[in-house]
Parts: sequence; structure tokens; C-alpha cells
Amino acid sequence: MTGDPDTSQDNLQDIRLGHADRGFVGKIIRLDALVTGSSLSPQELEQRLVEMGFVEGARVEILHEGTIRRDPIAVRVDNITIALRRSEAMAVIVE
Amino acid sequence: MTTASLRLALVGAPNTGKTSLFNSLTGSRQKVANYPGVTVERKSGSFVTPEGRSVTVLDLPGTYSLRGRSPDEEITRDIVLGRFDGEAVPDLMLCVADATNLRLTLRLVLELKRVGRPMMLVLNMIDIAKRRGVTIDLDRMSQELGLPIVTSVAVRKGGVSELLKRTDEFLAKPHEAAASEWTTPTIADLKAAQREADRIIAAVVTLPTKPDTLTNRIDSVVLHPVWGLVILAVILFVMFQAVFTWAQPAMELLSDGFAALGQLIHDVMPEGWGLLQSFLQNGLISGVGSVIVFLPQIIIIFLFILLLEDFGYMARAAFLMDRIMGGAGLHGRAFIPLLSSFACAIPGIMATRVIDNRRDRLTTILIAPLMTCSARIPVYTLIISAFVPATTLWGFVNLQGLVMFGLYAAGITSALTVSAIAKFFLWRDHAPAPFMLELPDYKMPRLKSIAIGVFTRAKMFLYRAGTTILSMMVLIWFLASFPQAPAGAEGPAINYSFAAMIGHALEPLLRPIGFNWQIAVALIPGMAAREVAVAALGTVYSIEGGKEAADQIGQVLAQKWTLATALSLLVWYIFAPQCASTLAVIRRETGGAKWMVVTFLYMLALAYVASFLTFNLAQALGLH
Repeated sequence: MTGDPDTSQDNLQDIRLGHADRGFVGKIIRLDALVTGSSLSPQELEQRLVEMGFVEGARVEILHEGTIRRDPIAVRVDNITIALRRSEAMAVIVE
Repeated sequence: MTTASLRLALVGAPNTGKTSLFNSLTGSRQKVANYPGVTVERKSGSFVTPEGRSVTVLDLPGTYSLRGRSPDEEITRDIVLGRFDGEAVPDLMLCVADATNLRLTLRLVLELKRVGRPMMLVLNMIDIAKRRGVTIDLDRMSQELGLPIVTSVAVRKGGVSELLKRTDEFLAKPHEAAASEWTTPTIADLKAAQREADRIIAAVVTLPTKPDTLTNRIDSVVLHPVWGLVILAVILFVMFQAVFTWAQPAMELLSDGFAALGQLIHDVMPEGWGLLQSFLQNGLISGVGSVIVFLPQIIIIFLFILLLEDFGYMARAAFLMDRIMGGAGLHGRAFIPLLSSFACAIPGIMATRVIDNRRDRLTTILIAPLMTCSARIPVYTLIISAFVPATTLWGFVNLQGLVMFGLYAAGITSALTVSAIAKFFLWRDHAPAPFMLELPDYKMPRLKSIAIGVFTRAKMFLYRAGTTILSMMVLIWFLASFPQAPAGAEGPAINYSFAAMIGHALEPLLRPIGFNWQIAVALIPGMAAREVAVAALGTVYSIEGGKEAADQIGQVLAQKWTLATALSLLVWYIFAPQCASTLAVIRRETGGAKWMVVTFLYMLALAYVASFLTFNLAQALGLH
């Protein structure tokens, strides 16, 4: 599983954080953990993301990327920085 | 209420400075143990308030919520809820928050409030927040949360005085615990709590117009795809240089000191006390001394690990290594435990608790003992200095150093290979576990906190040297000295001892890999701790050859062993499960004997095969 979810999106401007490049700045619209490459269940993944501050309306910015396949990523969520893999970041829908 | 000791518990999210607050409250009056039945570290301490109340403090494992995802977090949840058998409910909970980063902690505070117990919010690192221009309306915040709030600067002297004062005030009046309304939060609960926390923050916190950019600027280099890895390599290089070169003078001092002490005992003992004199000099002093010599190295490696951790670099190292380690089936978080395993596999295996996925944790535990721990250094150093000439290659590479590097590289390579094999055979059908980690802002390391941490580790090491290793040294001296040689017997006395009998019995098994019976004898006490093998070889050969031999173990070995045997023993030490304590810890951490047996057998098999190949190859090449 490489974490490439179904890209049918309800809004053309909405993208998944896992697809975004370094330097991306946006706002979280919602979480959708149903189709990601994560090994966690959708519910568990969503809970963990919320616990790390990924909630609707939060400002996100991709600050850094890893060396291999630009993974994992370091994301500024409001005023904290969270490191996570792109496969988990797929659950975060941003604009 | 003033007579009995009051129980305080520190609760908080990771990276809030909870541990340094604990350190500054209790100083060195700390005790580290395990919670009964589980392997989670229980850190407790005590202090006396300005008004003379004696207080015990429990530093609960850091957590983002009370859901209890890992054994650590379950402990925090159960103690907070008063469900933990054998642990009294805390009289007062101190919820520690990083004043510069309130979002995640405030949500936890809201969750903790539902538990209904007396609680106080501690805004730690308030000095950093002020310096950055963050202003917090404490009265308003206290109103909104319905909790008393104090500020603290755990790292500064006197930075907790307000906390102590308020604790006294708080404890002076009786507090009733309300009924707990806590239920496991759903996603909707978590989101609602986060929204409420964000609302309070928006109402009471004024953020500076200019955010902290220093962490960002450092990270743009430190987390750079190329430079980040270069910096990581340089840090590791400096760390190992330090372990080997900075420790040298202190180690020589200790070593000379023990030799002098042994000689002193030898000189002052009256004639005719030969047996007791031999016990004190050869068994006790040289045995324990040969282990305590490694204290400087242990202190230096833990100093580096704690400094990097405190600075905030360890999480960055995990970020940089996640994909690279992922190639070998390891989690980014395994980097810290594996790095610690270079000091000693025991803290390394205990540190795997940060990995919440069981498979990732087991893989890391399996390979942690393959990392070259500091206990192997004496064995390696002894054999290398005896058999490898100190010649210089290509003008700048020391051959002895190169061999040492090769042994480390062999350990790391084999660990990664074992991990990849385990991933392929044991958990082929499982997708990789997630990696989600907060990258805290960089902070200047808290020297006092680090000093306490290093001191605790050094104490543990000395305790081990004083108990397990000491008793093993006494045993090996006994085995090597009794039964005593009959009067008029020919040859060294040790040839008549129990040690020789055991060694001879094992010799046929070990002959194919080039070991003689003296090595076989040394390997047995070496199970207590690898470094004991050096002392045991010293004991075996010194009792055989008199005290001159003990001073020059290396020279004796160079005469008695072939190069093939020496190389075979070096290779044996890369792999062999030569450490009973490590095996015991694996058993404890994995909750059963199964993984301990697996580790023991796979390492033993690797060691035997690798030594067999090395010995025979070396012989075929004519290395005598």
C-alpha cells in the first residue's frame, strides 16, 4: 500500500496534505481517514491526528521533507510542529 | 493533614518540561523503580514545602490524552482515575503545560478536569514565553478553566518557589474530590475539547506578532534532506570520538588507582595470609576495578544522549532516520533506543517503550543487543591492542581504530540484516506502523537536570558493578582457586581447579571455533556482564602465571593465542548473547520467556557460525 487514495474530491481546491509539497500553506477543512496508506484503523488514525492538533480550521504549513521520497514531512499545525509520514497525512484534507 | 506525607502527581503531555520540574522539585531525592507487574518506569521523589509539609511526588508518564494507547499511558490513566492497584490516588494533580505551547496540554487539562480530582495547572517555561512576547491573562485563564494556575521556570533556581507556596495554600484547606465524569473520549469529544481549548487560548493568550523563527532557522539546516544527514553523522562521530578519547585519561587514572590499591593490599598483608591476599587482590580489587574503569565512558555516552534529548534533537534524528530505518523494517522511533544500546542494551531495550506498535518494538528489542555496547569495549580493546599492530595506514588511519570501527560496523550491519529478515519472515503481512511525533522547539539543555540524569545512570552502573559483577568475580576467583593444587604438584595451580574442569568440559564444543579452555572458563562469568570476561581472563592467567602476568594480560594473550583465535573471539563478541541482564530485561519487557529464548538462540547461532568461519578462514590464510 503506497497511500494513494481515491482522488475524487468534492471540491477542486481541496487536496490531501499527503500530496502537498514543501512550502504548502493551507487550512484544514476536515479529516477523512477512510482511504489512506496507514496501518491504523480510520477511527484510530483520526483520533491520533486530532490529539496532535489536526482539527478543522487549523493552519498548516509543510516545513520540511525527509530525504527518501520526500517522506516523512514536518508540518506546522498552528503553533506546533508535528512530524508524520505522508501516508498518514493523506487523511488531512486541506485547502 | 500535616502529619502524613502528601501525594502529588505530575501529569502532562510530552515535551512540557515535566521531568525537569520533577528534578527541580526533588533534586536528588529520587527513586526509580518499576510499577508492579509492568515494565513502566516509576519515578518518585520527595520534598518539604516552605511550611514544612512533606510531600511525595510521582512523575507520571507523559501523555496527550487519557485514552491509554501504550502501557505507559495506561499507567497514567489508571493512577489518575484511582484504578491502579497498589498505588494510592494522588491528593493533588499538577498538570504541567509548556507556556509557549498550550494547545495540546489545554485539551488534556479539560479531559483531566472531568476526573474531578483536586488539580492545579503549572505553566512551565514561562520565562521563554515572556521572552518571545507571549502574554497570558492568568486570572482570566484560571476563571475559564476553573483551576488554580501557577507559573514556573523549572530550570532556574527559585523558579518553583511560587509553585511551592501555592501548594502549601492549596493543601492548607481541605479539598473534596468530585465524582469522576470521565469516559473514554470519542473523536467528537476530542474535537469539542480541542475547540474549547482553542477558544480559551484565543481569549487569554496574546501571541507575539513575530513568531519564534530560531527553531525554524535551525531546522532548515538540521532537517535538510542532505545537510541534516551530514550533521547527524558528524554528531555521532563526535560522540564516539568522545567516548574513546575523552574518557581515556580518567580511565587510566582509575585503572592505575586500582592497581595501586591491589599492590598496597599485597604489601601490608602479613605473610601466610596468601589465600585472603589473593582473594582481595586478584578476585576483588582487580575484578571490580576492571569494570569500574568503564564508568567514564558510560558517563560520557549518557551525557551526550541526555543533552541531545534535552536540546530537542532526538525527535529530529528520528525524523531523519525514519525512512532509512524503514528500509530495514524499523520505525524512526527505534533510532533512540538503538543509539542508547551503544552504551548498554538494557536502557536501550527499556527505551523501546516509546514505540507503541508491538511488532516494531519486538524487532527493535531483538536487535538492540547487536549494537556494540560499552561492555564489549574492554574485550575489544584488550584483544586489539594485543594482536593488531598500531600501524598507520595511508598516512592518517590507525589500524587499531580501523578494526574497532569494523567491529562496530559489523554489529550495525548484522542488526539491520536481522531486522530485515525478521520483517520478511515474521511480520510479512503487516503494514508499517505510523510515525507521528511532535518536534519540540529547541531549548537550551538544563544542566542540573542532565547532571541528575547522568548521576542516576552512573549510580545504576556502579550498583551493578557492586552486586552482580562483584559476586561473579568472587565466584570466578573461587572456581579458579579451588580445589587447591596438592603439595608438590607440577604446573600452575589453576590446572587443578574447578574452572579448569569446566573449561576442559566445554573445550570440545568450542575447539572448532578456536577457543582454548581458558577462554571457555572466562566465557562463563562473562554471562553476568561481557566486560567480566576480561577480568576473568586476567584472573585465570594471573593465577596461573603470578602477578606479573596480571599486569600484562595483553602480552600474555599475544603469546598464548594465535591470531586466528583472537579474531574468532572478537567475532564471537559481536554476536554472542553474553549478558544475562540483557536477557532478563528482554524477558521482562516482552512479558514472557519466548522472546528471550529466541534472542538467545539466534545470537548464539550467529556467534558460533561467524566465529567458526572466521577461525577457519584465518587458519587457511595462515594467520598464526
